[in-house]
Amino acid sequence: MKFETPATTNPIDQLKIIGKPADRIDGPFKTTGTAPYAYERHDNIANPACGYVVGSAIAKGRIASMDLTAAKTASGVLAIVTADNAGKLAKGNFNFATLLGGPEIEHYHQAIALVVAETFEQARAAAQLVRVDYVKAEGAFDLAAVKDSGKPARITGGPADTAVGDFAGAFAVAPVQLDATYTTPDHAHAMMEPHASMAAWDGDKLIVWTSNQMIDWSVGELAKTLGMPKDKVRLISPFIGGGFGGKLWVRADALLAALGARAAGRPVKVALTRPMMFNNTVHRPATIQRIRIGATRDGKITAIGHEGWSGNLPGGKPEAAVQATRLLYAGANRMTATRLAVLDLPEGNAMRAPGEAPGMMALEIAIDEMAEKLGLDPIEFRILNDTQVDPEKPERAYSHRPLIACMGLGANRFDWSKRNPAPGRVRDGRWLVGIGMAAAFRNNPVMKSAARVRLDNRGVVVVETDMTDIGTGTYTIIAQTAAEMMGLPLDKIIVRLGDSTFPVSAGSGGQWGANSSTSGVYAACVKLREAVAQKLGFNSTEVDFADGQVRSGNRSVPLAQAAGESGIVAEDVMEFGDLGKKYQQSTFGAHFVEVGVDAATAEVRIRRMLAVCAAGRILNPKSARSQVIGAMTMGAGAALMEELAVDKRAGFFVNHDLAGYEVPVHADIPHQDVIFLDETDPMSSPMKAKGVGELGICGVGAAIANAIYNATGVRVRDYPITLDKLLARLPEVA
Amino acid sequence: MRSFTYERANSPAEAAAAAARKQGAKFIAGGTNLLDLMKLEIETPAHLIDVNRLGLDRIEPTADGGLRVGALVRNTDLAAHERVRRDYGVLSRALLAGASGQLRNKATTAGNMLQRTRCPYFYDTNQPCNKRQPGSGCSAIGGFSRQHAVIGASEACIATHPSDMAVAMRALDATVETIQPDGAARKIPIAEFHRLPGSTPEVETSLAPGELITAVTLPKPVGGKQIYRKVRDRASYAFALVSVAAIVQRDGSGCVALGGVAHKPWRVEAAEVELPRGAKAVTAKLLTDAKPTHENAFKLLLAERTLGAVLAEARG
Repeated sequence: MKFETPATTNPIDQLKIIGKPADRIDGPFKTTGTAPYAYERHDNIANPACGYVVGSAIAKGRIASMDLTAAKTASGVLAIVTADNAGKLAKGNFNFATLLGGPEIEHYHQAIALVVAETFEQARAAAQLVRVDYVKAEGAFDLAAVKDSGKPARITGGPADTAVGDFAGAFAVAPVQLDATYTTPDHAHAMMEPHASMAAWDGDKLIVWTSNQMIDWSVGELAKTLGMPKDKVRLISPFIGGGFGGKLWVRADALLAALGARAAGRPVKVALTRPMMFNNTVHRPATIQRIRIGATRDGKITAIGHEGWSGNLPGGKPEAAVQATRLLYAGANRMTATRLAVLDLPEGNAMRAPGEAPGMMALEIAIDEMAEKLGLDPIEFRILNDTQVDPEKPERAYSHRPLIACMGLGANRFDWSKRNPAPGRVRDGRWLVGIGMAAAFRNNPVMKSAARVRLDNRGVVVVETDMTDIGTGTYTIIAQTAAEMMGLPLDKIIVRLGDSTFPVSAGSGGQWGANSSTSGVYAACVKLREAVAQKLGFNSTEVDFADGQVRSGNRSVPLAQAAGESGIVAEDVMEFGDLGKKYQQSTFGAHFVEVGVDAATAEVRIRRMLAVCAAGRILNPKSARSQVIGAMTMGAGAALMEELAVDKRAGFFVNHDLAGYEVPVHADIPHQDVIFLDETDPMSSPMKAKGVGELGICGVGAAIANAIYNATGVRVRDYPITLDKLLARLPEVA
Repeated sequence: MRSFTYERANSPAEAAAAAARKQGAKFIAGGTNLLDLMKLEIETPAHLIDVNRLGLDRIEPTADGGLRVGALVRNTDLAAHERVRRDYGVLSRALLAGASGQLRNKATTAGNMLQRTRCPYFYDTNQPCNKRQPGSGCSAIGGFSRQHAVIGASEACIATHPSDMAVAMRALDATVETIQPDGAARKIPIAEFHRLPGSTPEVETSLAPGELITAVTLPKPVGGKQIYRKVRDRASYAFALVSVAAIVQRDGSGCVALGGVAHKPWRVEAAEVELPRGAKAVTAKLLTDAKPTHENAFKLLLAERTLGAVLAEARG
């Protein structure tokens, strides 16, 4: 099915099951420990050998020699894989550093060996006997130091530089100006389940049980890396304990499990240990961002410019921090610029809302600062500069842009009008109290997605697609889609995901998963409806599927009966036309935050948070809410504590465990509310839905930063906003 | 993890004797710290002596009105004990500020005293660390040192002691009771128990090889307002940037110990005479000769301001 014109009324609009807060259909498996994750597929392989990854002890240089003698003879050891004996390996299209390093070392903890043994403990003990001599090379590890060597780098969906009108001229003459620089640090995905895979060979065929967001891409990557035809590789990933972008691509665990299984001649499983994850895999790269805004005295933006610097390994991509600034606010004269320097830190790559998340952390402080300079309420300033068209290409309208409605509803619910705009004036016992807000903005990409649906003689529909559920609720919304389309209750739908033998889906990334994958299921169900109608001799345009029955005129047949003994199978793929090019499709929201800052110690504690989101039709308000509160929590971490600390001498992230890399705990997140605007976007898909999982993180950090400013009068432009950045500027303790 | 042998001791004296007999032996109680370190091969004991069944898990009154806390009393039980809550509030509060419920259920009183530093370079066996590998150097000096010591550190080590409990014990003038391999008992005032790093940061306490902690004794209650204030980046489950254990009497006198600033709980009795004059005066003396790094200099101001808040709370 091709989606090329705006959606009209279709069976989804019945909203009998779609739009309802259904419990997760996979919930009971997870809460009873029966959902099988990659490292525990004992149901498939009873007794796999265990692999333990040896990571490079240096950041850059080469291995002079590796002594495996002691490790090889250690108890239980079956094989040791290194670049020397792994055979020829290609590099995938999506990873910049090689997954098995040596002799060249490209980053710290780059995998240089896999020790395979009968048990995990034996593999680990033997891995610690591998002796490596390195020759270190000089590397670049400090973004601020190499920033000026940055080269123009294309960002997703756009060139390195954009310019409209005369930014420099307009900024120079603007009566009110802001020119400020902001920084965001490197962030870790820190998902709960580490990267893990189990591999088994059957002749020249490879099966990998893994934890991966994008099955089809990753089949291709693994096949390419191993020099195999794609059809000889099968990936299975039905349950994923979080990914956040860190599992978009094949990582060392999957490749090394495959190589280890080949070397040991039996199935092997490999999980990265927690301390290995931070430097071995990928992270959200740090940014330096300069934002300049010029406005008239009455608050109209006349010039807006955003420059973003980041670093990555050679061949790597930039963090597209300027992305939102290209679209979010009006202003006749504008520029953005993206520069990428070479850094020899671990590979930077996508993390939840790449580009917009760190970009909005900066932009939405800048907007708050500008509003203050203008003496305007920050919401009023945003309303004044709202745009209903792409400000770089005014001929492109937004498909739907209710940002003002989000801010208005949020202001009302959060009692924004009671906020004292003068900073540092509100006290509650030991706490300096402040309120802040920020806009939320994230684009709404769509991706081709296929599914197969099978109706059987029990009246049960089985949906198969290689789509993944990374904890987001995909199983449930896919079941809801099929149930709505086929007129069945939810318990008559079985959903099977994450297997590369299933039709190729959109996968989970870029917040496109929910809308795209359910659209693929919609397309397959349209075909199934047609097949059912045809089999019964109904005119397919006048058929109603409801209550487990197919009705046409005064004929009514149970679906189970219609299926017959052999059942009916239908498969289709949803392909998206150019509506996304003709119209700017984005999701919008507004974040409101109240913080307390301890007047003595400057500890910041969030008191309450609200997000109002406009993201098209909400397929399941319960799982969508979970997505948004999770994103708000992640945003709070980015605002207040998360930072991969770089050792600029040795070139690695020092705090590489969950004691050192702090993410919020329950006590940090006291109260969260989420409101969804009741809306649909027919330009987006037949589901009229959009993404929401990444919208929730965009802007949260700035809302917290702005609340801290309102509480204390201290403006911090370098994340995370830890107490040491506030302490010296707080009033004396009595 | 390296292979090790294991035995279960039947008495404290036997445990101490066994530890002296076996090269590379370690005691194991709750194991919340030691096992993690063994998995990373930061600790590589050849032999473990399990002391969990030595009957050292009782809290008993002492003849002088104090309290003897058995070495194996779990952190959870100690924090909840009626006498501790009533007479040694600072200790109960310090315990509850540390770790998580699950860890406190396992962690013991003696083990808590013997926790090793959480310096990230100590934890990464690729990096030089004098505490882990004497003579290899200190990576934290000139490196990521936000959490590290601001006072009492050396050219060899700038690590901090991570315990909350020990800071309260220091403020309470606790005494560590031990048994030595020859069977002799010894009492070590807490002030002499933890060491500064000097040139031997791998030696963290004044315990002799094989010496086993049997109890920690608290003196007769001193009353006063007892406050433990722990400052950290997130609201729970993090080590202190700075913590303050304070016992403040009605007349403004009292005692103060700091956590998160040194290789041991930091207390300077001479600074406490300044208590009636306020936090600035106390910290000026308490942190004389502080040598912070660029990254942790904020701890000096933080200690002063946190103590100020504690004293204000004590005045109530």
